[in-house]
Amino acid sequence: MATTIARPAPDELPKAPRDLLPVFIPPILALAALPLVGSPTTWVTLTVAALAMGMMIFVIASGLTLIFGLMDVLNFGHGAFIAVGAYIAMTVLGPLSGWVQSDALTLNLAALFLAVIAAMVGTGVLGLAFERIIVQPVYGQHLKQILITMGGLIVAEQLIHVVWGGDQKPMPLPNGLRGAITVGDFALEKFRLLAVAVGLTVFIIMQLVLNRTKVGLLIRAGVENREMVEALGYRIRQLFVGVFIAGSALAGLGGTMWALYRETLTAAIGGDIMVLVFIVIIIGGLGSVGGCFIGAILVALMANYTGYLVPKIAVASNILLMVAILMWRPQGLYPVARR
Amino acid sequence: MSQALLSLEGVHTHIGQYHILQGVDLVVPHGELTVLLGRNGAGKTTTLRTIMGLWPPSQGTITFDGQSIGGQATPDIARLGIGYVPESMGVFADLTVAENMRLAARLGPPDAARLDWIFGLFPALKRFWQLPAGLLSGGQKQMLSIARAIVEPKSLILIDEPTKGIAPAIIEGMITAFKELKRDKTTILLVEQNFRFAASLGDSVAVMDDGRIVHRGTMQALASDSALQSRLLGLSLAAHQ
Repeated sequence: MATTIARPAPDELPKAPRDLLPVFIPPILALAALPLVGSPTTWVTLTVAALAMGMMIFVIASGLTLIFGLMDVLNFGHGAFIAVGAYIAMTVLGPLSGWVQSDALTLNLAALFLAVIAAMVGTGVLGLAFERIIVQPVYGQHLKQILITMGGLIVAEQLIHVVWGGDQKPMPLPNGLRGAITVGDFALEKFRLLAVAVGLTVFIIMQLVLNRTKVGLLIRAGVENREMVEALGYRIRQLFVGVFIAGSALAGLGGTMWALYRETLTAAIGGDIMVLVFIVIIIGGLGSVGGCFIGAILVALMANYTGYLVPKIAVASNILLMVAILMWRPQGLYPVARR
Repeated sequence: MSQALLSLEGVHTHIGQYHILQGVDLVVPHGELTVLLGRNGAGKTTTLRTIMGLWPPSQGTITFDGQSIGGQATPDIARLGIGYVPESMGVFADLTVAENMRLAARLGPPDAARLDWIFGLFPALKRFWQLPAGLLSGGQKQMLSIARAIVEPKSLILIDEPTKGIAPAIIEGMITAFKELKRDKTTILLVEQNFRFAASLGDSVAVMDDGRIVHRGTMQALASDSALQSRLLGLSLAAHQ
């Protein structure tokens, strides 16, 4: 007899405490920057740019944090998926240049959609091969994982040079996504708004999967105690391969968005952004998607404000941010239990 | 004695360079509650973990229901109908009680009648159903850990020191629960240091020392022999009371 779970009336239940403090940090940081920036118009531009950048970093980092959380795998080769995804997208957009340069937004979005799908499928397949060939032999051996996945990143970058050439490539933004939407005195760049929408969509889908599906429950449980998940009869290795593929595909999506944001592309695009990605997953709490989301926004806000106010400390500012957060919460904003 | 559901013959387990189990021979009869006693470090927890495949045996055979399971992967062993309640309880702290139970019900949504039975045994679980398991007390976590192991009918349940650090009132609840499971003919292998608790439930008993079984017999015989208790465990039941 399979029936729904009998449960007591909601008013009988004690409420779970919610830790909302980290959620308030990004708005506090943004408001603190307003008087320093001075001009509200500039502040809005910087903040929207930061949100767009943050969402792209989140898309890239969310898979990596789950990969680490679930199997303790330190994948320094994640940057390879970012770069390969971007190059695959560029390859798909090439023959679709008519659609890309069209004034019809639907054709622009259709071209982008096809490029993103190709990038995600390509990097998903690459992720499967990467897990099987490179990661699988070094489970539980962190030092070897760092060395071999960094080696994988270098090999992937060199293969990109072989296949697509070593020179810098243009990554033209579709016509309909160029320019800005004006709201009062504020100009909001269209592509940045799209990046925010994509990032939020990925975050919502991940939250739904993690909280409303059995696979999501297994991932959350596995991040916390994979041995117990196995003792309940679940084959966590298969789950991990699935998460690795999904994380690689998300890196492909993030890489495509990041390359479009920069409008240029080199094989090193993945490696360049990985420093920020690692800061984000450490700040967020290894294995925590919610922490990764807030961490990505924080890192991007800090990078944009300091880049405008004191460009010389733009890079160091995020290291300082990470140190400050780890002094406050040594396991990150939302530490996963047992970590 | 009933037919053996689980048997270990000459099982050795190494953890790194340490040789923990040194030829364990153990029989767990069908439908009975077998207690595994022994001092700290005797190898009781390692025995359970070896049965579950969490630390694979380096030598010897483990047979469950006529099938060799030594060296099989943990999920495959669990799927044969073996439930495991580890010493650490292993509750998923970030998941609610409901989510913990939903995961434990691998074959589908938990059966409502069985869930009511579990709520009868452990009422706190119903009260804290939507609360993250990490917020439960130690005793409540232990209840959840046991409830997870029995949310679906199991052929064998391995339970590692369920009374450790638990309040006496909760222990009484556990005794009721285990007696109901025994009545249901569920086979249980219980690792325990609380001899009074073990003696109130056990049908048969095995005592471990230095990675080997040094005594096997009925619990009744051990419980009634203070001299044997003192020799094997260093303490008699009378001293517990």
